[in-house]
Amino acid sequence: MKDKRNVILAGGLVGVIAVLLVHFGNPANMGFCIACFLRDIAGGLGMHRAGVVQYIRPEIIGLVIGATIMAMFSKEFSAKGGSSPITRFFLGIVVMIGALIFLGCPLRMVLRLAGGDLTSVPAIFGFMAGILAGGFFLNKGFNLKRNYVQNKVEGLVTPVFMIFLLVLLIVRPAFIFFSESGPGSQYAPIAIALAAGLIVGIFAQKSRLCMVGGIRDMFLLKDNHLLVGFIAIIVVAGIGNVIAGNFNLGFEGQPVAHTNHLWNFLGMFIVGWGSVLLGGCPLRQLILAGEGNTDSAITVMGLIVGGAISHNFGLASSGAGVTSAGQVAFVVCAVILLGVSIFNSEFLFGGE
Amino acid sequence: MKTIDTSGLGCPQPILMAKKALNENKEGIDVIVDNNTAKNNVERFCKNLGYSVECKSQGESFLLEVRR
Repeated sequence: MKDKRNVILAGGLVGVIAVLLVHFGNPANMGFCIACFLRDIAGGLGMHRAGVVQYIRPEIIGLVIGATIMAMFSKEFSAKGGSSPITRFFLGIVVMIGALIFLGCPLRMVLRLAGGDLTSVPAIFGFMAGILAGGFFLNKGFNLKRNYVQNKVEGLVTPVFMIFLLVLLIVRPAFIFFSESGPGSQYAPIAIALAAGLIVGIFAQKSRLCMVGGIRDMFLLKDNHLLVGFIAIIVVAGIGNVIAGNFNLGFEGQPVAHTNHLWNFLGMFIVGWGSVLLGGCPLRQLILAGEGNTDSAITVMGLIVGGAISHNFGLASSGAGVTSAGQVAFVVCAVILLGVSIFNSEFLFGGE
Repeated sequence: MKTIDTSGLGCPQPILMAKKALNENKEGIDVIVDNNTAKNNVERFCKNLGYSVECKSQGESFLLEVRR
C-alpha cells in the first residue's frame, strides 16, 4: 500500500508541476514532454535545424540528476549495462519517430487529455494497442537479455553529460541554437524548470512511475500498481488546468496537436510497442539512466538522435497534420519493431 | 525448491519468470533478484497471488523465498 501511495504521490506531483510549468512559460499542454524536450535538446545542439524547436530543456537535466541524487541517497545507484545496447538505441529512435508523428510522449499524451485535448483519445487507444502487441511478444518469451555490472564511472557519464548541458544552457555559447519563435521559444525560467525536473526525478525514481508499465501490468498481470500513477496525473493535471483556465475541451485548435486521428493512433501504437520492448516509457528511461543504467542511457541517446532524424527528414507532424514522409517512416518503424520482437523472442530462437 | 535467477533482466521479465515458475511449481519457488525494483515487483506479485515471501539479502542480490 505504501508503494502505491508513492506512485499516486508521484503522479499527482507530475500533474501539479506540469500545470505550473505551463503557467510559467512552457508551451500549452507541454508542462512535461520527454519526447518534445529531447527533440528540443537535439535542436539546441544543432543536430537538426528546425528553428522552432531548439532549446536545452532544463526539465530533462533535472529529471536525470534528480534520479541520480535519489538513487545515491537510497543506495540504489548501480552502473549496469550490456542488455542489447544497439537494439535499444534503434528502439529509442523508433519510439521518438512514433512520438513525433503524434506530437508527444506518453506523458504528454496524458497531459493533453488533462487539458481537454480530445485528439489524445485515439492516441491512448493506439498506445494501448501497441502495448498489447509488445505484450504478445513478452508472453512469447521476448527479452533483450541480461545486463551486467559496469564500472561506476560508466554509470555516471549520463548525469555528467546532463551537467554539461546545463553549463551550455547557462553560458549560451554561440554554437548552441535557441528558438526565437514557436514551442522552442516558450519556456519556464531555468531555475523553475530545473527544480521541477529535480523534484519529479526524485519522486519518479522512488515510485518507479512509468506510463507504459501501468497499462502493460494491467494487461499482463492484472496489476494496477503503476496504472494509478497514470490516472493520478490525468486527474490532478485536469483539475489544475480547470483552475488555471487552461482546460479547453474539444478536437479543433488544440496546442501543438493535429486532428488526424488515424495517425495519432498509429504514432502512439509505435510508442507503446517500442516502450514495452524497452521495458519502460521515455520518462522511465531517463530515470533509469540517472540510476546508472547505461542501456537506458543508450536509449535516451537513441531518442535524441530520433528527434534529429524526425526533423531532418520531415517525419515529424505539425499542427497541420502528419507528413507523407512520416507515414513512410511509420511503416519502416513497424517493420523494425516486428523484427526486433520476433528475433528476440524465445519461442522462435531459443533462450540463453 | 526450484530457483530462478532474474539477475540483470529488465521490467517486467522478473515477474513474468516468477509467474511462469509458479504455474509449474504451485508450492513455491526461490527467486534471485539483483535490484530493489525487481524485488518489490516480484514480492507484490507473489503476495497478490496469496503466497508469503521472505526476503534474504545475499551481497548485492536478494533471495526471495516464495511459499504457499
